[in-house]
Amino acid sequence: MTSSKPILLLVLLFLTLCATIVLATGMGFLEIAPLEVIKILWSQATDQTTGGMDPTFPFVVMEVRLPRILTAALVGGGLAVAGAVFQAILLNPLADPYTLGISSGAAFGASLAIVLSLFGIYVPAWLSIPVFAFLGAMATLIGVFSLAAPDNRLSSNTLILSGVIVAAILSAGIGFIKYLADEQVSVIIFWLMGSFVGRTWSDVLLTTAVILPGLLFILYFARDLNIMALGERTADTLGVETARVKKMLLLCASLITAICVSVSGIIGFIGLIIPHLLRLILGPDNRMLLPACFLGGAILLLGADTITRAWLPSEIPIGVLTSLIGGPFFCYIFRKKQLALSS
Amino acid sequence: MNRNATLFQLSDVSFSYRQTRVLAEIDLQLCSGRFYGLLGANGSGKSTLIELLMGGHKALTGEVLYKNKSIESYSRQELAKQLALVPQHFAMNFEYQVSDVVLMGRHPHIPRFSSPAKNDLQAVEEAMQIMDISHLQSRPVSALSGGELQRVVMARALAQGTEVLILDEATSSLDIHHTIAIMQVMRKRVETKGLTVIAAIHDLNLAAAFCDECLVLKEGRLFDHGPVAEIFTSDLLHTAFAVEATVHHHENNGRPQIQFRYQ
Repeated sequence: MTSSKPILLLVLLFLTLCATIVLATGMGFLEIAPLEVIKILWSQATDQTTGGMDPTFPFVVMEVRLPRILTAALVGGGLAVAGAVFQAILLNPLADPYTLGISSGAAFGASLAIVLSLFGIYVPAWLSIPVFAFLGAMATLIGVFSLAAPDNRLSSNTLILSGVIVAAILSAGIGFIKYLADEQVSVIIFWLMGSFVGRTWSDVLLTTAVILPGLLFILYFARDLNIMALGERTADTLGVETARVKKMLLLCASLITAICVSVSGIIGFIGLIIPHLLRLILGPDNRMLLPACFLGGAILLLGADTITRAWLPSEIPIGVLTSLIGGPFFCYIFRKKQLALSS
Repeated sequence: MNRNATLFQLSDVSFSYRQTRVLAEIDLQLCSGRFYGLLGANGSGKSTLIELLMGGHKALTGEVLYKNKSIESYSRQELAKQLALVPQHFAMNFEYQVSDVVLMGRHPHIPRFSSPAKNDLQAVEEAMQIMDISHLQSRPVSALSGGELQRVVMARALAQGTEVLILDEATSSLDIHHTIAIMQVMRKRVETKGLTVIAAIHDLNLAAAFCDECLVLKEGRLFDHGPVAEIFTSDLLHTAFAVEATVHHHENNGRPQIQFRYQ
């Protein structure tokens, strides 16, 4: 039942996200104090000039750092929300965008875009990679759906199995492309590992335009998602159009995943760890959990990106970092849960 | 509630899963305020009939009428306010509290983005008391035993506040004590509140002890239909269930008691 604790946590997460954005903007090769960052943001918002500080600061903040920081935050939030939605729909707390093969589809599309130039088809990479990643994700989604379609209730098992089958084929496909790519293979590998280097305002706009409306759409159905935890048959008898809600939210979450993968490459574990952690604190009620996941995912990925950007001597791919930290952490939680079950 | 009014009317209803005929030529009338037992061997079509009554499947031929209107003309939400289902299996992968799960039964009554009203919380409270799970209300459902969990599911269905309660072998995984306790609660609701219960039951003696009328399905057809006092005969048990048994009648209430012959 509702209490004020979850709302307090949401406010806290929101404030933490704002603070993280300001702090992260100040960090890097050029150190900018948090207060100056706020001053720059304020002057940009109110269209004033900033007096009395290094003239390169506003440029670094507005053109270099902020686009990357906002993209990282949006992608983190988007992946976490998509993960939470997949988990709620598939009734499996361990599901995430990978389970349905969506991420593999996007990766396959991107690899294809990179290797196309080998065949003399030249499309600028900044355009072809996101577009192909997106198309790959969508094609995978359609493939998985049509494999599962004869089962018109879209049961979790059918969907997960279809996802696994399609993902297996796609990863073989990626392997083949890597083999073809020969010398360019390092470009593909780097992209597959995920990165926010060189993100621009157009990336921020693109992700915002998909993720925020997507989040609102998902929130509209948050209570239906709660009811669906009772199982499809019972949810149907409680007035939820289970199959329809499932289909719409899967599409929406896949769209969010596709956009995230297309601007950043593959970044694992955010969609798994954030919903899991927040569920431990907040409980499973999706009305609170989903907005909290967005904020929590944004904070975590922005934090991780800032570590590789500003702290580490040389930048390592963000996807590798999240998996290196996230994987063992997840093993720990999983193990603890198994032990609790057996005792 | 208007007792003995016709709730369900099925005329010449049949249903198939792909090529397999599961139900054929079902003609049936169910009235309000009664306790119906739905009997039949495994695969005789009980669950499919329940799906048709709940509007979950569309009849292949014939029509299912609920309150004189085709069941398909109702929206999911409208049906949810009238019919509640207790499924045979229930599992939850998320750690909702017992009171949250029971409150989910009020879902069709609470508008989107609204908080539960006072009467919703009252219904939850009452349902938990009836099923004797008030002391468990803040426990996560994952920490309950099978019997406790099934009582939570029953409480959720009661909280839904419907005229009709449909049980799909809801007590088949419970021990005898909890089975009888749940059946007694249902019986009492039928008598005092005019609830209509349609329960698929495997235990014939349980059906004989609590139901008003029984429907016997065999190979997708309505094999027999009648009041409990008359329907149970050695002959029926032999032909519909393929068992040998003698039927006694209880001295006080005249309800049949079946004694199976095991050798």
